[in-house]
Amino acid sequence: MNKVRDYAPDRGLTYTGASRMEGLLVAVERVRDAGYDELVEITGPGGEPRLGRVLDISEELALVQVLEGTGGLSGRTVRARFLGESLRLPVSENMLGRVFDGLGRPMDGGPPPLSEDRRDVNGLPINPVARRYPREFIQTGISAIDGMNALVRGQKLPIFSGNGLPHDKVCAQLVRQACLPKDEAGFCVIFAAMGIKRDVADYFRRDFADSGALSRVAMFLSLADAAGVERLLAPRAALTLAEHLAFDCGRHVLVVLTDMTNYCESLREVGTARGEMPGRKGYPGYLYSDLASLYERAGRVDGSPGSITQTAILTMPSDDISHPVPDLTGYITEGQIVLDRELFQRGIYPPIAGLPSLSRLMKDGVGKGYTREDHPALASQLFACYAYVKRVRALADIIGEEELGPGDKQYLKFGEAFELRFLSQGERENRPIARTLDLGWEILSMLPREELRRVSGALLDEHYAEETGVEKG
Amino acid sequence: MSPGEEEKSYVSRVNGPVVTVKGMGSACMYEVVRVGELGLAGEVVRQSAGCSIVQVYEDTSMLKPGAPVKRTGAPFSLWLGPGLMGNIYDGVQRPLRSLLASGGSWIKRGGKTDPLDISRRWEFEPLLKAGQEVAAGQAAGLVPETPLVRHKVLVPPGMSGKVISAAAAGSYSVTDTLAVVETARGPVELKMMQKWPARQARPAAERRRVSEPLVTGQRVIDTFFPIGKGGCACIPGGFGTGKTITQHQLAKWSDAGIIIFIGCGERGNEMTEVLREFPELKDPRTGRPLMERTILIANTSNMPVAAREISIYTGITMAEYYRDMGYDVAVFADSTSRWAEALREMAVRLEEMPAEEGFPASLPSRLAQFYERGGAVTTLNKEPGSISIVGAVSPPGGDFSEPVTQHTRRFTRVFWSLDTELANARHYPSINWLRSYSDYLDEVEPAWEKLCPGWRGLRSEAMVVLQREEHYQQIGRLIGPDALPDGQRLYLFIGGIMRDGFLAQNAFEEKDMYCPPAKQAALLGLIMALYRGGREYIKAGGSLKEISSLPCVPAILRARTDYAGDDLAGLAGLSARLAGELEALTAKSVTEGS
Repeated sequence: MNKVRDYAPDRGLTYTGASRMEGLLVAVERVRDAGYDELVEITGPGGEPRLGRVLDISEELALVQVLEGTGGLSGRTVRARFLGESLRLPVSENMLGRVFDGLGRPMDGGPPPLSEDRRDVNGLPINPVARRYPREFIQTGISAIDGMNALVRGQKLPIFSGNGLPHDKVCAQLVRQACLPKDEAGFCVIFAAMGIKRDVADYFRRDFADSGALSRVAMFLSLADAAGVERLLAPRAALTLAEHLAFDCGRHVLVVLTDMTNYCESLREVGTARGEMPGRKGYPGYLYSDLASLYERAGRVDGSPGSITQTAILTMPSDDISHPVPDLTGYITEGQIVLDRELFQRGIYPPIAGLPSLSRLMKDGVGKGYTREDHPALASQLFACYAYVKRVRALADIIGEEELGPGDKQYLKFGEAFELRFLSQGERENRPIARTLDLGWEILSMLPREELRRVSGALLDEHYAEETGVEKG
Repeated sequence: MSPGEEEKSYVSRVNGPVVTVKGMGSACMYEVVRVGELGLAGEVVRQSAGCSIVQVYEDTSMLKPGAPVKRTGAPFSLWLGPGLMGNIYDGVQRPLRSLLASGGSWIKRGGKTDPLDISRRWEFEPLLKAGQEVAAGQAAGLVPETPLVRHKVLVPPGMSGKVISAAAAGSYSVTDTLAVVETARGPVELKMMQKWPARQARPAAERRRVSEPLVTGQRVIDTFFPIGKGGCACIPGGFGTGKTITQHQLAKWSDAGIIIFIGCGERGNEMTEVLREFPELKDPRTGRPLMERTILIANTSNMPVAAREISIYTGITMAEYYRDMGYDVAVFADSTSRWAEALREMAVRLEEMPAEEGFPASLPSRLAQFYERGGAVTTLNKEPGSISIVGAVSPPGGDFSEPVTQHTRRFTRVFWSLDTELANARHYPSINWLRSYSDYLDEVEPAWEKLCPGWRGLRSEAMVVLQREEHYQQIGRLIGPDALPDGQRLYLFIGGIMRDGFLAQNAFEEKDMYCPPAKQAALLGLIMALYRGGREYIKAGGSLKEISSLPCVPAILRARTDYAGDDLAGLAGLSARLAGELEALTAKSVTEGS
């Protein structure tokens, strides 16, 4: 890693000696005029400064959490310099095209970004009255998303995945097709990596470079080998820059956060080190509020043309969607794209699970005036039919496919076609929304017309293809 | 020592939202204080050995030991008066629109604005005369707050005596004196606005039994699991099961006079959606915009956690205020789990001993206190009024055995259980009809029978069909539905029609989003007629195939979206068509059989 610049070389009072050190924590006695959440620079015998934050402060004692850990520090000689402010990030449009660490210090050998505008990385909550309801459809070119779980500008839509599943590919394809086409000049991407391996970060970087858009990407990397606490700050730094670009500069920003599971583990690690009461699976009781403080920084604001769209990747430990991390995330985000191991093993790409995936903002971003009039009814019908396919498959597992009635067999064929033709597509295939919808009708037309109860007669007249009747039953 | 006297209080320790203050020994429990140079609002939650523990409603970043603390001398109190209606507040009653006007799109710390606009003047029509005796709860005058709400200016609880002077009709601001009352403790001024501590329930004369139904226009709720005015309901569901949409639907269409929606620790965009939709939607009974009878409390998930804890009390206190005017109020809290989590977070910071899953041991009693503030009452003014509470619960992992769901069940009598499987098939509202219940059936039966005669009988018959459907489906899952005899497959067929043609309801389709009671009864009657006809026909040796291919079946399925709420004639026509087709079928089989 490149040498990082000192945070603020000319400020603050220095104290020498700590009364207690433990894990990530250093206790400094009799600190004057320091505040909660204040930034502290801790220096050991080697002279290399480390950053820390005040976690708890009283008249007698300041408890400082050291981001890079306390290894090699001595209680007698350690020096703590209180910097007089909480963590701030200088923000400017020039930061696009650059690579930073989790605290916003350059990692690409370039100079530190020059800006008078330094923002608190914790941000402020958006006044709900000031929010503009997101309803502008973003075409991702991926049928499973556009057709069934449409993404809109200002939405937060995470990808729930598992280890070994191609979430990185899906995410890269989404970014490439939705945000970085050559004609989309205002769009930019902020990429925050938390505890992922360097290869993965490099994969994204290469992919952005291939689409010729690296100058519209800023990366905040806190990789697997970086200190745990830094991971907690990387997404906040990324979102702080995103807010500047979206709401001050009027750009459309997509923020990619990966991998939220690592983030939550760091939060647990830090919480445990502080001796906090653990909640479910040892995660701190405030995990929900903490995640919300990140996810809720997406959206649109009245009076600014820009937007922040978020997609967070999280790997579900042992594919368990009820694990606290995906569970709480699902309660905050506006839907989720779930990747399915069974589809993946059958070689279907993208392996986006049909039923548990959901986009809550889709209802207002598609249909007449947005995509096409038939879109909502078509999506609802596809969901209903595919849900029935799942039931028929469960039945077929028990009584055997041969014993199924003719109607149910038709559903099995529909299910196959849905997975192989509609869900499945190439990694470089960019399907326009009209093509996605037509494909949906083509496949629905394999079922008898009277089974399609969620679609109005008029839409059926227009789109239901009788001629594919040859394929039926 | 009174709060006005000099007492040197200062911050001694800061641990997130929990701040220890020294030199404030005379402060009362739950008194509101202002902390630091920014004047962050907080509440005294513990007093011990010369220290006061304050829970601060705002972010405490860069708050320093030694910073000054000021007492206000009062517990957290709400401003109650005209101007609440149609407004949107955060958890501590800061009007978000005013914050936007004064501070921009982001909520900055220490922002202070009056909860009610004190410069606005309201038309006041007095009901008091000088020399008259008044008692607490009596209406001193009327203010047309919105076209839907006639605001009664109430004599505050605890005040009674003889009116010395009373203002004439005219326009006044909320702080103007409207009357002076000679009470036992001397003359007291009566204003349009009164203050009331949020954590304290407002008094009523007595509790009444719940008897009127709260008509919601949602079929699965009204017909199968009805709630009464003054009832409490719990609506649990994992993420993605449509809790919020169901709550929005209820808030839009319930026939309560006043709606209070508390967005407690939920998404910001959802509140924006309500703000965007409610002014456009028309109340089906009056044709006026819904916003004219709605108050929103928005403390979204990223807003401070201590304010989230109190937001629930803010909402319920406003509800009690309107109840005291004789209104039926419905309170929607989305979600009480986030509120319970706020309790837990604060308890952990206060180092309380945790009980189940880290929640404080006081969780059940706190939940009980909240739900007990709902109910049907006779107000101090001897009028009927009620508060119905619908609390959403977000159980982690969709597991209903967790403490918040379990304890909420104990204090509510309606349980609308949301189901992931139904939601996955995009069947909304995803209320599972076999796991939900309503304990108000007997109470609301007379009123429902008056609205649609035969309601209870139809409901019971339909429930039996749904139970049998589930039973035969289980068998069908083992041996294949085609192996079942027609008499049993009929239940699968009718069950399917019930699901798609009755239980599912499209919140975005104009003719379907609100279903009046008469249409509900007509739709269910139609399906039950098909069921009875089918049962008789199959008993007589006919086949299910003939029943299911009756030409009117697709029309029955689409009836909920094809006929408007008041098109009972159309539905009667469909019913006659069904009877005709069934008769023709029977006649045909008789001729063939003979």
